[in-house]
Amino acid sequence: MRFSIYRYSAEQDAEPRMQSYELADIGADMMLLEALLKIKAIDETLSFRRSCGEGVCGSDAVNINGRNGLACITPLASLTAPIEVRPVPGLPVIRDLVVDMEPFYRQYRAVKPYLTVTDPIPEIEFRQTPQERDKLDGLYECILCGACSTSCPSFWWNPDKFLGPAALLQAWRFLADSRDQIADERLSDMEGAYKLFRCHTIMNCAEVCPKGLNPTKAIGNIKQLMLKRSI
Amino acid sequence: MQVGQIERRKFDTLVIGAGGGGLRASMQLAQADADVAVVSKVFPTRSHTVAAQGGINAALANVMPDNWHWHMYDTIKGSDYLGDQDAIEYMCRAASRLVIELEHAGVPFSRLDDGSIYQRPFGGQSQNFGGEQAARTCAAADRTGHAILHALYQQNIRAKTHFFDEYFALDLIKGEDDQVLGAVVLSIATGEPLIIEAKTTLLATGGAGQIFRTNTNAMINTGDGLAMALRADIPLQDMEFFQFHPTGIAGKGMLISEGVRGEGGYLLNADGERFMERYAPNAKDLASRDVVSRSIAIEIREGRGCGPNRDHVLLKVDHLGADVIKKRLPGIRDIAMTFTHIDPIEAPIPVYPTAHYTMGGIPTNRFGQVVAPMRHGAEEATPGLYAVGECACVSVHGANRLGGNSLLDIVVFGRAAGNHIIEFLGSNRYHQSLPKRSVDQALARLARWERKGSGDGESVTELRATLQQTMEEYCGVFRTDDVLQQGVEKVLEIEQRLEDVTIHDHSRIFNTARIEAMELENLIDNALATVVSAHARQESRSAHSRVDFPERDDEHWLKHSLYYKEGQRLDYKPVRMKPLSVESFPPKPRVY
Ligand SMILES: Cc1cc2nc3c(=O)[nH]c(=O)nc-3n(C[C@H](O)[C@H](O)[C@H](O)COP(=O)(O)OP(=O)(O)OC[C@H]3O[C@@H](n4cnc5c(N)ncnc54)[C@H](O)[C@@H]3O)c2cc1C
Ligand code: SF4
Ligand code: FES
Repeated sequence: MRFSIYRYSAEQDAEPRMQSYELADIGADMMLLEALLKIKAIDETLSFRRSCGEGVCGSDAVNINGRNGLACITPLASLTAPIEVRPVPGLPVIRDLVVDMEPFYRQYRAVKPYLTVTDPIPEIEFRQTPQERDKLDGLYECILCGACSTSCPSFWWNPDKFLGPAALLQAWRFLADSRDQIADERLSDMEGAYKLFRCHTIMNCAEVCPKGLNPTKAIGNIKQLMLKRSI
Repeated sequence: MQVGQIERRKFDTLVIGAGGGGLRASMQLAQADADVAVVSKVFPTRSHTVAAQGGINAALANVMPDNWHWHMYDTIKGSDYLGDQDAIEYMCRAASRLVIELEHAGVPFSRLDDGSIYQRPFGGQSQNFGGEQAARTCAAADRTGHAILHALYQQNIRAKTHFFDEYFALDLIKGEDDQVLGAVVLSIATGEPLIIEAKTTLLATGGAGQIFRTNTNAMINTGDGLAMALRADIPLQDMEFFQFHPTGIAGKGMLISEGVRGEGGYLLNADGERFMERYAPNAKDLASRDVVSRSIAIEIREGRGCGPNRDHVLLKVDHLGADVIKKRLPGIRDIAMTFTHIDPIEAPIPVYPTAHYTMGGIPTNRFGQVVAPMRHGAEEATPGLYAVGECACVSVHGANRLGGNSLLDIVVFGRAAGNHIIEFLGSNRYHQSLPKRSVDQALARLARWERKGSGDGESVTELRATLQQTMEEYCGVFRTDDVLQQGVEKVLEIEQRLEDVTIHDHSRIFNTARIEAMELENLIDNALATVVSAHARQESRSAHSRVDFPERDDEHWLKHSLYYKEGQRLDYKPVRMKPLSVESFPPKPRVY
């Protein structure tokens, strides 16, 4: 099976290039990450991030045949060769498949991604009904892989001003939490033409999210809350 | 590179590791306005705590009667009496409060109808000191580790903890009098070393599951902190006790949580028999992990394994119904479908005992202080050094950890260490000066990988694979003197071969080949500690099962082992049998 992999390091290369590799022994249900590890065993200069190998840590989002996904849970059988692997778009490349995620993390931090309660704290757990808790399903599972934001044209064009789908999904995760008490502040923080409203419901985010989450829907919910608040 | 040329940063406290243990400690410190730096070789939420599934134990008694004293009994029995009873009492007493704190920090626990935290049964749990099954494991569906790690990271953002993401710790810096003064770390992105000076240093670097070929652990679990301790002349405790989890996906290793059996799943052999009824008539599939793992291994050895090669057993779940599976076990269902193409709603999952958890580690007391025999006694604190979590050995898990007790361990002792550090900082206001030579060892580690070889030596990948295969074959579920002796020799030989390994990538920027090489050095140190300690212990106690010494031998072996890197020397120290306030639980035969 043939692979074509994006290679670049500021230390050695003036320009990025695509490098071909051929792997002979491809197992029936091998994932892309295993293939990358095999390639690294041949060519140890190839750099990429990986850790859990099972789609829970969010390390290995890459662009695979033009589509963002996690290498560790992308079966080779689902791809047509030659398989083209590139870093996720829209973020500066550090080396090969490794991008600088800091702009993405900055957006995450900007939405105050922490439960905030202003009342005195009780000695027991905050009570939350199973129905209230259900509202967090589809939100809290985000693994911060960045696949969504880096496939979003609004993010590519306005990374400094638009918060991007992942951060906005987390903004909604706390707005939707019955325990959180700073909804007003959260909404005020997202006012203006860009932070939230640059989302043009292109829906790339929901389509690529490896955890099946739907940032577009979350963004829609925030917009509705904003609207309600303004009347 | 000269010591003087390296950039330096100064903090009150350095935390190495951003899993649940490190982040619980740093949260405590940052909230108390200490200057705290957290170093992690991966972005914090990629730490392996994120993969924990089933839940965290606390006797909240939300679904049935429970109390911390029963939890204490179960933990001691689970540990096969090798756990220290003072630390265990401390942990079980603190559990409810700590879980409630996590909830307040934002963890989205699943809920019961009255709005309280959902709890499920897990292995080794009982009411009334060995009576009916208890339900003590607090869960956020089957993504509890993810929920906890993210909430802790979030609260650290709020508390303005200083993060050094993607920095690899090389070695501790030791001053005169053995005081630990910080660490030398390496920026993975730039390849530049950095000295972090700190009045206290906390190791929270997680386990070493990668010493075995098939394991449930992330690739980053290479026991770096344990090896750093060894290189700083600190011994490792009870390394022979490595937990094999009964239900890893056969042949692949991804974990299928004990929560699956807690929700009512059970194991079947090739005859369709629910065989755990034979081995553990009361607890059945929820007996402690060592018991279930050994039972599976026996079933397979005696020819009752499933599949064309009769090499696994089946975990049946479908009878729980689609609703329960989707609501309580969604992550497990995902993993099973992704890696086996089996939907547990329809068919059972093939499973096999898989290397999972490092019970041993850096010896500490219940304040997280690293303790070792030094000048005055067996448990003298190493000034300035702390350890918590899977890399530490308090010891609350003894010879076998109960499911749900590790997430508890990391938050309880993360917090305790944080508190003790705050106290220490109160009476140690100033940084000490760094002796020049103290940084040399770390720099030598780096320089060693600059060496250019002839090009025909073994590669890091090859030697690592050999090591993992060796540990699996010579230090697995069943052990004998003969096999362990060979294991020791083979790992020593691997250590020799490491000398000739070179890497071909000498670049600076994001050089993962160099990181993997240094991880391999650490793995070899961990493997040697494990197999040497295992060879010496001539008894069977839970996770350490010796075919040639099938009985537990309290007379000779109710003691902790201490392994030193220098000359692979072993020492021993007594188990602390005296709890803090209640009566001791004396050793009894262990039946489930
Ligand atoms: C699949 C799986 C499921 C589990 N499920 C449960 C469960 O349901 N309940 C339960 O109680 N326990 C469970 N456990 C066990 C539990 O999750 C772990 O023991 C625990 O999370 C370990 O936490 P930690 O903070 O000690 O280390 P980790 O979370 O492993 O974190 C280690 C940290 O150290 C850093 N680090 C390591 N080396 C270096 C270095 N050289 N330089 C810089 N940084 C370094 C890493 O980057 C990371 O941030 C499970 C374990 C596994 C593998
Ligand atoms: S929403 Fe999905 S794609 Fe986006 S960061 Fe989270 S897990 Fe990744
Ligand atoms: S390696 Fe963790 S998500 Fe792929």
